[in-house]
Amino acid sequence: MTSKVMLGNEAIARGAWEAGCHVAAGYPGTPSTEILETIAADYRDIKAQWSPNEKVALEVAAGASIAGARSLSTMKHVGLNVAADPLFTFSYTGVNGGFVIINADDPGAWSSQNEQDNRHYARAAKLPMLEPSSPAEAREFTKKAFEISEKFDRTVIVRITTRIAHSQGIVELGDRENVPVKDFVRDPKKYVMIPAHARPKHKKIEEQQAEIMDYSCTSGLNRIEWGGKKRGIITNGIAYQYVKEVCPDDSVLKIGMVWPLPEKLINEFAAGVEELYVVEELDPFIEDYVKAMGYEVKGKDIIPLCGELTPEIVDEALNGNKTVKAVPEYAGDLPGRPPGLCKGCPHAFVFDVIKKLDLNVNGDIGCYTLGVLPPYSAMHTQGCMGASIGMHLGMEKAHGPEMAAKSVAVIGDSTFIHSGITPLIDLVYNKGTGTVIIMDNRTTAMTGHQENPATGKTLMGEETFELDLEAICKAVGVKRVRVIDPKDKDELEKVLSEEISTREPSVIITKRKCILKR
Amino acid sequence: MKSVIFNGVGGQGVILASKVLMEVAMKNGYDVKESEVHGMAQRGGSVECNVRFGEKVYSPLIQKGKADFIVSFELLESMRKTDYLNDDTVLLVNREQINPAPVEIGVMEYPSDIEEWLEKNVKNVKILDTKDALIGAGTKKALNIVMLGSLSKYLEFELSDWEDAIKGLVKEQFVEQNIKAFNLGRALV
Repeated sequence: MTSKVMLGNEAIARGAWEAGCHVAAGYPGTPSTEILETIAADYRDIKAQWSPNEKVALEVAAGASIAGARSLSTMKHVGLNVAADPLFTFSYTGVNGGFVIINADDPGAWSSQNEQDNRHYARAAKLPMLEPSSPAEAREFTKKAFEISEKFDRTVIVRITTRIAHSQGIVELGDRENVPVKDFVRDPKKYVMIPAHARPKHKKIEEQQAEIMDYSCTSGLNRIEWGGKKRGIITNGIAYQYVKEVCPDDSVLKIGMVWPLPEKLINEFAAGVEELYVVEELDPFIEDYVKAMGYEVKGKDIIPLCGELTPEIVDEALNGNKTVKAVPEYAGDLPGRPPGLCKGCPHAFVFDVIKKLDLNVNGDIGCYTLGVLPPYSAMHTQGCMGASIGMHLGMEKAHGPEMAAKSVAVIGDSTFIHSGITPLIDLVYNKGTGTVIIMDNRTTAMTGHQENPATGKTLMGEETFELDLEAICKAVGVKRVRVIDPKDKDELEKVLSEEISTREPSVIITKRKCILKR
Repeated sequence: MKSVIFNGVGGQGVILASKVLMEVAMKNGYDVKESEVHGMAQRGGSVECNVRFGEKVYSPLIQKGKADFIVSFELLESMRKTDYLNDDTVLLVNREQINPAPVEIGVMEYPSDIEEWLEKNVKNVKILDTKDALIGAGTKKALNIVMLGSLSKYLEFELSDWEDAIKGLVKEQFVEQNIKAFNLGRALV
């Protein structure tokens, strides 16, 4: 068997290809982006695409699955919030071809706005969830997820974290399974969730939980590694590796299937050890479950809930070993090296002008979020994809049009397409007067220059219709839409001053290609 | 088991250096794992890779105080990893300075005493002047491979393994340049 050093995300792409996956859809988001990029580059038997947002991506994959194809949808943790609506209901319909969602959490918030723990989605949407501990398992579990999806007629989520997505390891390679696309069978009781169909479906999936839990105990995805009987540690994901590293002699219950949790195995494990520990990143998800089963466990009382775990955190919590410093503290001030907008970045021109005009800035998600940092310090709110425009309107509702006259919303091209269009409709519909700047740098820059509907190219590199942002703004009712090159800062200042002081909605599209994009 | 930290600034080729080492270690029959920081780091921020190889590797992250080698591509960046040093750690530092944003905009100064501090406090530090090696290689972009060449002096692997790994990972037209850079780096220590 051949093996190769692979990134966790590359291993997932490989696993999907080997599983015979036919269709893959997602939206870029660190740390999930490389999965679809790898598919588009190396595994072109799979029809892969960037969708405008995660909700659409999940729906495209769900449609492909119901039509009979093995389908994959990929997104970062906050992307699953956007896709939560279809997630919960397609949990009821089940699948035809296997349907797997890859969800990438970001403990430590390396490149995210929060540290949410998406294991809760599995429980809330009642879906099986797998969690690999290494790139090798990322490939293996992705394949397994397709099998489980078809076996139980359920969508399966594979949860990874940054330290799996962006870590490399040796991965064994297999061949592609030849899986034909099944026929689409009309079955409204299964695929149309009117209340009369949803109620019995809900009952059915609740009854099925016992069967899946049984699988969770016997499939080998969860396994006991007996060691010393004094301490037993239940752990999952990357934390498993830290535990094996610093507590090599203890017994471990490795959780590879985080939902449903394997009650019988937990009972067996608890009976075999004197003291029970749970080592998990972020929330006490496993810990709370084990406590509800009636066990006393040590967990978040010694392991931090916030931030990423590291081997030294686990070593100190479980063994009392503190890091010994080999060198004294440096007494001077070390300047940090925060990321920043590149030299010549078109966003920088816009922030220079906004700063000069001293406006309130409702920001959004992308490279331009770096406008919050010096030397610009020109962003005052930001929360999630597309939020800038709705918040801009809300501020005007709170303080009146005078507020809109000294404020602006800034949003990138891809983010506008992702979820900026509906709030722009709201701004017009509910009689706002604010100005929105669409910073159109002709790419999805922050995540590494992915195509989007306004670039005129697909993920697979094909030419396609190029979305006209100006026409969209006009179509939703914005009469004042101006397109300018932000490099001409004097002109931008003039246009921006005019538009904020005009008492009707306006959009300025600052159009200039990302400096890193050839 | 060997644990190596590569760190530097976005664009310096930290990730490629770690990939070459992984290939060489794998070819020599070792288990290997690596962890890297993506995303925000692409915009001129600090970049770091941890590479570990041995009979069986669990954690891709190196524990504080337990690095065998730290290879810093930039002077200031070497100061961010001092928690990972122990008395036996070899620290290889490129003497080059790249101003971070707070220095560029004039709110902070680039510390002038880093070399002196490292020489005084770190037992096995080597501060490398890579300028001539880069001129010799004919490209500044090969800094990562120059540093890797220096590191290779401390590792057991055959020269041909390094060359094979470079050939497998670098675009064909740059292979010769990079192998030259590797050898010049190897001669620096």
